[in-house]
Amino acid sequence: MQLTLKERSVLPGFGLTMGFTLLYLSLLVMIPLAGLFLKSATINWSQFWAATTDPRVVASYKLTFGASLIGATINAVFGLIVAWVLVRYSFPGKNLVDAMVDLPFAMPTAVSGIALTAIYAPNGWIGQWFAHDGWIGQWFGPNGIKIAYTPLGIIVALTFIGLPFVVRTLQPAMEDMDSEIEEAAASLGATRRQTFLKVILPTILPALLTGFALAFARALGEYGSVVFIAGNMPMKTEITPLLIVTKLEQYSYAEAAAIAVVTLMASFAVLLFINLLQWWSRRYAS
Amino acid sequence: MAGTVAMRRTAARRQPDTSATTEPTWVRTLLIVVSLIFLAIFLLLPLLAVFSQALAKGWEVYAQSLWDADALAAIRLTLLMALIVVPINTVFGVIAAWAIAKFQFVGKSLLITFIDLPYSVSPVIAGLIFVLLFGRQGWMGPWLESHDIRIIFAIPGIVLATLFVTFPFVARELIPLMQAQGTEEEEAACVLGASGLQTFWRVTLPNIKWGLLYGVILCNARTMGEFGAVSVVSGHIRGETNTMPLQIENLYHEYNITAAFAVASLMALLALVTLVFKSFLQWKTSQQLSAEELGYTGD
Amino acid sequence: MIQPGTNFLVARLAVLVAVLALGNGCSKPADNSAPSRKTETAASNPKAESGAETKTIEILNVSYDPTRELYKDFNQAFAKHWAETNNQSVTVRMSHGGSGKQARSVIDGLAADVVTLALAYDIDAVQQKSKLLPKDWQKKLPDNSAPYNSTIVFLVRKGNPKGIKDWNDLVKSGIEVVTPNPKTSGGARWNYLAAWGYALKRELGDWSKLKDPKHAADVAQAEKKAQEFVKDLFGHVQVLDTGARASTMTFVQRGIGDVLLAWENEAFLSVQELGPEKFEIIVPSVSILAEPSVAVVEKNAEKHGTRKVAESYLQYLYSAVGQAIAAKHYYRPRHTEGVPEAYLKRFPKVELFTVDEVFGGWEKAQATHFSDGGVFDQLSKR
Repeated sequence: MQLTLKERSVLPGFGLTMGFTLLYLSLLVMIPLAGLFLKSATINWSQFWAATTDPRVVASYKLTFGASLIGATINAVFGLIVAWVLVRYSFPGKNLVDAMVDLPFAMPTAVSGIALTAIYAPNGWIGQWFAHDGWIGQWFGPNGIKIAYTPLGIIVALTFIGLPFVVRTLQPAMEDMDSEIEEAAASLGATRRQTFLKVILPTILPALLTGFALAFARALGEYGSVVFIAGNMPMKTEITPLLIVTKLEQYSYAEAAAIAVVTLMASFAVLLFINLLQWWSRRYAS
Repeated sequence: MAGTVAMRRTAARRQPDTSATTEPTWVRTLLIVVSLIFLAIFLLLPLLAVFSQALAKGWEVYAQSLWDADALAAIRLTLLMALIVVPINTVFGVIAAWAIAKFQFVGKSLLITFIDLPYSVSPVIAGLIFVLLFGRQGWMGPWLESHDIRIIFAIPGIVLATLFVTFPFVARELIPLMQAQGTEEEEAACVLGASGLQTFWRVTLPNIKWGLLYGVILCNARTMGEFGAVSVVSGHIRGETNTMPLQIENLYHEYNITAAFAVASLMALLALVTLVFKSFLQWKTSQQLSAEELGYTGD
Repeated sequence: MIQPGTNFLVARLAVLVAVLALGNGCSKPADNSAPSRKTETAASNPKAESGAETKTIEILNVSYDPTRELYKDFNQAFAKHWAETNNQSVTVRMSHGGSGKQARSVIDGLAADVVTLALAYDIDAVQQKSKLLPKDWQKKLPDNSAPYNSTIVFLVRKGNPKGIKDWNDLVKSGIEVVTPNPKTSGGARWNYLAAWGYALKRELGDWSKLKDPKHAADVAQAEKKAQEFVKDLFGHVQVLDTGARASTMTFVQRGIGDVLLAWENEAFLSVQELGPEKFEIIVPSVSILAEPSVAVVEKNAEKHGTRKVAESYLQYLYSAVGQAIAAKHYYRPRHTEGVPEAYLKRFPKVELFTVDEVFGGWEKAQATHFSDGGVFDQLSKR
């Protein structure tokens, strides 16, 4: 059945590997997630609607999506630079810097949250620069700039946890890039900038998009590190995962599942869009 | 083979290139400085914060904090998790990447998106779904209870939640890489009569080994560091179902900040060690390669 | 490395197989699942299950965050007591976390023999959703099944620079208040209700009017004023952490806010642990009697054959030893005889009201104030 939907190939093992992939995916991801959907279906439609479109919940969607988007964008820009520097240049201490990139994965999210809050709180290492009497903050009115306990703090946390996604998906792609094409472009008279924009960027774009999408998706669900730095004020700095926890605290599993389903669908749509975009760009390129 | 080519290329790039294929010095310096500043603010400072708190009361207290029986139990459990979870997800990742990257079929983007899903599921939800399935009030709860099988609030539950959370890492690292590499080399091998497994071991694996290693390292890091999902299914029993991240939370809540950050610093160190190990492997391979290259030119 | 991997690959082929492999292969013997077949004999006599008198018996106490230090001491004392009276060694395993989360874990199958949570409502929830304990669990032990209690006080910075004396000082302009989120933290619910009760007392002069139909109009008016007061109070809050200890850290370590609303025992402990030279405790004119409840999770304990030891464990909390340990950890003891005077004199006199007398019980308070769309939700929609 699969074979009719699949292009011919001389390579073996499609049936076996695909079968195993689907089986494992179903057992570990699809069935448990189906359980979530079933749970959210135990309340009726109007309850579902009320739970997922409450103004407070809507405010949290905006905040979560906005902050995740900004965080992922910062990561895409700086992640590209970092990956480029790590792959292409050599400088003292490079291996250590390379090693540090994984830190956000290795540190438990709660620890990251506490550490970031300690740094960005008004009495923290960086936070005090931005406080009303700090050397940066004094130029921004009587209150200075607050980072921790505002949406800015949430962006900081989400940038932190998403960084490895961009760098680590770009690195193999860059390492695997054919230098002959660059040389060819250069010998045909292209400037370095043209080579980068017309040759290098299109090659690594799929990886960059993947990294961006993964960082974004991860940020949408992030809880542990954000609750420490967010302030958690309703309508202002309350993220969606926190509202899910709040629902659980009141033993409303079904409503918690309902909100989870909504965010899950949204991130599924974003991920699918980017994966389709990549597939299309690959088609187009070849 | 292509992997070795790639290595040679990176090795070659160490030497100053012609201006056409690299950037002017000032651009390079600027980019290095920008990325170092960015990493300093977002990675180094949190790391320093962790270590400065951990060592706030000196080395002796630091060592004591790690030698505590509950802390040791947590470290053991976390290592056990890594030993169980990482191999399973690595095998899955390689198999899935083979199926997805080496063949053209309908619904590929959809399948990749499903593999991505665990990234975007909030850790709390990742834990909750297993509670909904296996918990006392869950679908399988009564059956499990009548057979005295414990999943949630015991090690199997922690394994399941961690498997779920780290599910995509290896596959996701390999898919773009294998897609970029295409299928020509494997096809050539097959046409020449190699079996599927031979093709994989001799052709594909050398090509993807660095990507695979990244994937394994990330998967391992996340396995050890996962907090949210594990926190839901663990039950927080001291010395028993507390992983390192949960133990850290415990200590922090006891106002034992030094000990909490000591355990956290140990986790950061573990991550650094794996990466240094990777760098070492990379360095060794490139040594080998340049030796081979010399041999070839000598011929 | 390979062994567990391949093991699992095979196991993955069917959930059922996986379940068995995991259940048998990985769980430690301490999982409490083993003794259940001997339920009958074991329940009547814990010694019977082991045969040998000296064999260790284990119970699991699922508790909330601020009791860590208390139970660390108490468990030792109880183990000694049990060894002396029953010639058997007992290990009490502990699980700590947010009160609501812990209750949920027990509902979902965490095999607690006893629960010692922040408020009766959480144990009520366990009762209603899991039926693991009888409906009248609160009658099984003296004093509403709350062997020790506490109240809500203010923690301020040393020297009380903002001059905070009582609840109404909290809503003055320029005061920043730190409290955890009542939706996620049991402790924060006590904070909220304490503020509400204060406002009612200010308006009515006496809580007894609440139950008196003659004063219905006054009461309605006062409730309205109380709502305004609490709304005003939460308007002064800049950070709503998810748990009590996170709030303490925000106040103490991050330097946020002028006053922290906290359990009395938490306030004492944080002053002691985090700097007596930096903070002081202010006791308001009136506050709430916070009654953390305890109960034996009877069905679990019966299944584990630990009912007797679990019951003695909780009863021992009421003994002079238990009360002294509670007092030592800044919980107000129910019975003062045998408790060292040094501990007792640390507790300032304060007029306390109960949830029952002002709010008509936890279930009602929860439904009116903290459920979705309840008063607290309305207050947060500014």
